[in-house]
Order: sequence, then C-alpha cells, then structure tokens
Amino acid sequence: MEILLKGVGYSYAKDTPFEKRALTDVDLHIPSGSYTAIIGHTGSGKSTVLQHLNALLKPTEGVVMIGDRKIEAGVKAKDLRNVRRQVGIVFQFPEQQLFDETVLKDIMFGPLNFGVPEKEAERRARELVVQLGLPEGVLDKSPFDLSGGQMRRVAIAGVLAMEPEVLVLDEPTAGLDPRGRREIMDLFHELHITKNLTTVLVTHSMEDAARYADRIAIMHKGRCVVTGEPKAIFSNEEQLQDYSLQPPRSVRLQRDFEERTGLKLGEVSLTEEVLAKNIALAMADGGGSL
Amino acid sequence: MNSEILSFENVTFTYNAEDGPVRPAVADVSFSIQQGEWIALVGHNGSGKSTIAKLMNGLLFPNKGKVKVFGQEMSEETLWDIRSDLGMVFQNPDNQFVGATVQDDVAFALENNGVPHAVMVERVHEALSQVKMEDYKDHEPHHLSGGQKQRVAIAGALAMRPKLLILDEATSMLDPQGRMEVIETIRRLRESTGLTVISITHDLEEAALAERIIVMNLGQKNMEGTPAAVFSQGSKLTDMGLDLPFAMRMTHLLQEAGVGLQEEHMTEDKLVDELWKYYSKA
Ligand SMILES: Nc1ncnc2c1ncn2[C@@H]1O[C@H](COP(=O)(O)OP(=O)(O)OP(=O)(O)O)[C@@H](O)[C@H]1O
Ligand SMILES: Nc1ncnc2c1ncn2[C@@H]1O[C@H](COP(=O)(O)OP(=O)(O)OP(=O)(O)O)[C@@H](O)[C@H]1O
Ligand SMILES: [Mg+2]
Ligand SMILES: [Mg+2]
Repeated sequence: MEILLKGVGYSYAKDTPFEKRALTDVDLHIPSGSYTAIIGHTGSGKSTVLQHLNALLKPTEGVVMIGDRKIEAGVKAKDLRNVRRQVGIVFQFPEQQLFDETVLKDIMFGPLNFGVPEKEAERRARELVVQLGLPEGVLDKSPFDLSGGQMRRVAIAGVLAMEPEVLVLDEPTAGLDPRGRREIMDLFHELHITKNLTTVLVTHSMEDAARYADRIAIMHKGRCVVTGEPKAIFSNEEQLQDYSLQPPRSVRLQRDFEERTGLKLGEVSLTEEVLAKNIALAMADGGGSL
Repeated sequence: MNSEILSFENVTFTYNAEDGPVRPAVADVSFSIQQGEWIALVGHNGSGKSTIAKLMNGLLFPNKGKVKVFGQEMSEETLWDIRSDLGMVFQNPDNQFVGATVQDDVAFALENNGVPHAVMVERVHEALSQVKMEDYKDHEPHHLSGGQKQRVAIAGALAMRPKLLILDEATSMLDPQGRMEVIETIRRLRESTGLTVISITHDLEEAALAERIIVMNLGQKNMEGTPAAVFSQGSKLTDMGLDLPFAMRMTHLLQEAGVGLQEEHMTEDKLVDELWKYYSKA
C-alpha cells in the first residue's frame, strides 16, 4: 500500500500557549512494497511522522494519502477503522501499547477488534509468542509484570497479530538483547518479503538501516531533507555529518581500511559480511598472501 | 583507594513468591563493586538486570541474602539515607518523571535532599546543559521525543551529584552521537569526582568501555571480568543471547573469508593496524 505525505506540517497543542511545531512542509513518498528507513537526530520529528501514517495524528497543514484514503488538514476524517487495520504501528515505548490484563488478551485484542474469530486470534497469539522468543507461561502473566525486553516483544506480537499490510516500526529493537534484535529484525524482513508488506522503520541503528532498507529518508529539524538509496546516502559522509549522523560501522571501517592501505574496495559495504568479503578479495588481488 | 561501595551477598529475589514456585528473577547472586569503578551489567532479556537495579536502590528487598550500599545494609531504615547519594535512571523515563516541567523534574531530588535554592538553580542549569536540554527547561517532560526524555532523566540523576550512578538502558533511544556524548560526559565526571557507575546495557560497544563486565543468565551471575576476558569467551556469550563488539565480529568474519589475522581485536583501530601490517608484508 502506498503512502504519500504532501506539504505536511504538524504542531502539537495547536492554538494553545504550549503550541510546539514538530513538522514543517514534509514531502515523503512511501511506495507500495518498499522498505523505508527514517533516520535523524533526537527530536527531528521521526515519531511524529510515523503517527501520521495511520492517522493517529492528523496534519495541521498539508495532505496525507494512505492508500486511497485522504487525510487533509482542517477536514474531519471519518471512520479510520480500515486505516488502523491496514497500518500497524509498533510504538517507541512498549508501555504505550500494552493495556490488557494478560499477555494473551493483549495480543488477541487487535485481531478480535477487527473481526477475526476468537479461535484464530488465539492461534496467532500462541504462535507469535514462540516466534518472538518469549518464555513459556508468559501468556497468563500481566504484560506489566515483564522485563523491558519482554514487554517490547509482546507489543510487537500485538501488532503482527493484526497482520497489517503496512508495518510501521518506531525503534523496535530498543531494549532487545543482541540475539533478539537480530532475530526480530530478520523476522520483519521475512514478513516484508513473503507477505509483500510495505515497511517503515525508524531507527538509530545505521547498521540496521543499511542492512534492511531499500530507501532511506533523513529527518532534520522537522523537515524531510533527503531521500535516496542506502548506498548513495551512506557513502556521503559529509551530508550525514550536516545532519549529525554518521555512516554504519562497516562503511566507517571500509573508509579507514582504504585510507590506510591505499586499496579500493569498489562498492560501499553496507553490512559487515559484505565488508569482510570485499576486504578478502582486495587483499588477494592486491598481492596479500591468503 | 580500593574501598567497597556496593555489594550483593547471596541475594535471591522472586516476584510474587507467594503464588507458588516460580524461577527467582535473581538467584543467589554475589558481587562487590569498588568506589570509582565503571561496571557494565549485561544479559539476555529477563535475565534479572533491572531487578538487580531495583534491589540496589531499595525499591525491592531480597528474599534471601544482603545488599550493602555505602557500607550500610539496605533496609527500610537506611533506604532514604542511601538514596540521597544514589542516582538512578530507569529503563522507561516516563515512569520516573514527577515534575510538571523539565526543570522542576530535574530539581525534584535536590529539593527532597534539602539543597538550598540558589545552589539548586545552578545545578539544574548545569545538568540540563550537560545533556543539551536547556532549551526545553519549561517543557512538560511527558511531551518530549523519546531521546529527549532519556536526556532529561539522565540530567535528573546528574544534578544530584551522586556517588553512585545506576543507568538502566538509559541511552537506548539516543542517536549514536548523543549516546557517545552522554558516555563522555559521565566519563569526565567520573574522572573529576570519583563517581562509581553501574550501566545496564545491551550495547556491547558500550560494555567494552567498562572496567569490568558482569554477565547475567537466567537470574544467575554467569561471568565477571574485564571486557577482554569476557569477550574472549566468544560462543559462550552468543549461546546466552549476547554478541561480541563489532571489531571482534569483523575479525572472525575476515578470518572465515581467508584473511589470516593472528589477533582478536576489540577496537577498529587495532584491526585496521593488523590488516595493514598483514597487507604490507605480503
Ligand atoms: N506530545 C508532544 N507534545 C509537544 N511536543 C512534542 C510532543 N511529542 C514530541 N514533541 C516535540 O516534537 C519534536 C519532534 O518529536 P518526535 O518525537 O517526532 O522526535 P523523534 O525524531 O522521534 O526523536 P527521538 O529520536 O528522540 O525519538 C521534538 O522537538 C519534541 O520535543
Ligand atoms: N513486576 C514483575 N512481576 C513479576 N515478574 C517480573 C516483574 N518484573 C520482572 N519480572 C520477571 O523477572 C525476570 C527478570 O526481569 P528483569 O526485569 O530483572 O530482567 P532484565 O534483565 O532487566 O531484562 P530486560 O533486558 O528485558 O530489561 C523476568 O523473567 C521477568 O519476567
Ligand atoms: Mg521518536
Ligand atoms: Mg531491564
């Protein structure tokens, strides 16, 4: 499903003494089936943009197109049920999302709310709890009697249980242990491919943005200042610095390696696996004894 | 200068122990932390780290064993005395905010500790500038971005000028640059004031900067040692859901790709050094 932001502005607490502008004239195109990573400094407006993707926030200026639904500043938007079913958001803090008495009920809430039969909703919940690596017995616990990383996993399960067409992820790996981080990012990617999802990821991990996304958008002071492909974005270190960002570790190591040895690896290495392969090749070609 | 600031002696804690047999969240854990140390506490989700943090500041009390802070055993009586020198930043900053504005919130603990007004104003200003949040001093803490909330929570702990600072994933939502800045600020404070830092983190690059790492697994202490010693355990760590720092992962990947590196590298600089030597010798 395609999403389009055109000239979007947003102010929190508009027309009050506490009015705070968060977005200015944002143009952002999210093509159907794309995997877009939104990156940017603290407070640059990423979470605010995400909440426009399922009309949780409505623009105070401009237009948001969600599929064929039009959400326009100053125009009342009626019946957003379909939008909410199609676009699932994992919030930045899992506590914002959890509310029910037990983990099972919490995960089943979304699907039940959108008319999925009870049996099917429960099947999904039980399956997801395993997929997300939660410990046995967690289903009957209160979601608030869990560790931070366990809450995060439950919040993710609740969104995946709705089987949305668009998956919107606000720093989904914050609080996850390293294995959980990798497994859950791989799970999102697998769903993205096999279910043909449209995925939008906000992350401070340039490594994840480089590994999984096919498009990158940079937010800076409430504006969407750059969009492009990961290779182009992450090989332009000067531009990243302008926005207080830096390339992923593999790209920085590649730069240091190239400066030190005088070798050139040819392509920018977006992941550590690719970098290792490219260094091994370059050293073999360059005469290094392997 | 080796004086103990905090210790756990065979500490066990079980949530809702009255509900019947459940695995303790913290099981028979012992360690000793010296004044001025920087400790990283790592472990898989649910391994007991936050529970340990709550036992350290008397939000929870052990079912068995003893927690000692600043030479006193943690109890209902010593709790307030201990807390006046202990700064704590929780995993979710929203649970921690009490003030209506950012500056009130940062001032809260100081007011409680009876710090005179003029001193308080100065410290609040200093703490907010240390985390680059002065511009937000009149904002409501709940109405900030995720990373801004974490910065304010850190400022609240710093303003107290604690002897012991406990950070529970306090930088998990900061951008990489912001995270390095905060770590650098705390490192400087530690050098100038002898602050002791216990940092709970899933970021192994950050853990690698600590003097000592304590590894938790299933509620038990699994390992304890310098970063070099702990990370040399390789597959033992990955089996527990953990990982190695980037430079070490790269070293292994390069070796698998046929580059004959001889050493395990914890930093990118050293790795590039050896790659260059290896290359120029060939
Ligand atoms: N509920 C709110 N009320 C008022 N202002 C807000 C609110 N939420 C966010 N803001 C402000 O809007 C701006 C953008 O915030 P947003 O949460 O979108 O940033 P972000 O890019 O997601 O940052 P982070 O990486 O720290 O999560 C910030 O300056 C923030 O202070
Ligand atoms: N309030 C609570 N009531 C009951 N059980 C709890 C509560 N808080 C945590 N637990 C359980 O205690 C165990 C340890 O939790 P703890 O929060 O200490 O883990 P952690 O190491 O901090 O994990 P994370 O990395 O996910 O934050 C987990 O199995 C968790 O489910
Ligand atoms: Mg955010
Ligand atoms: Mg925790």
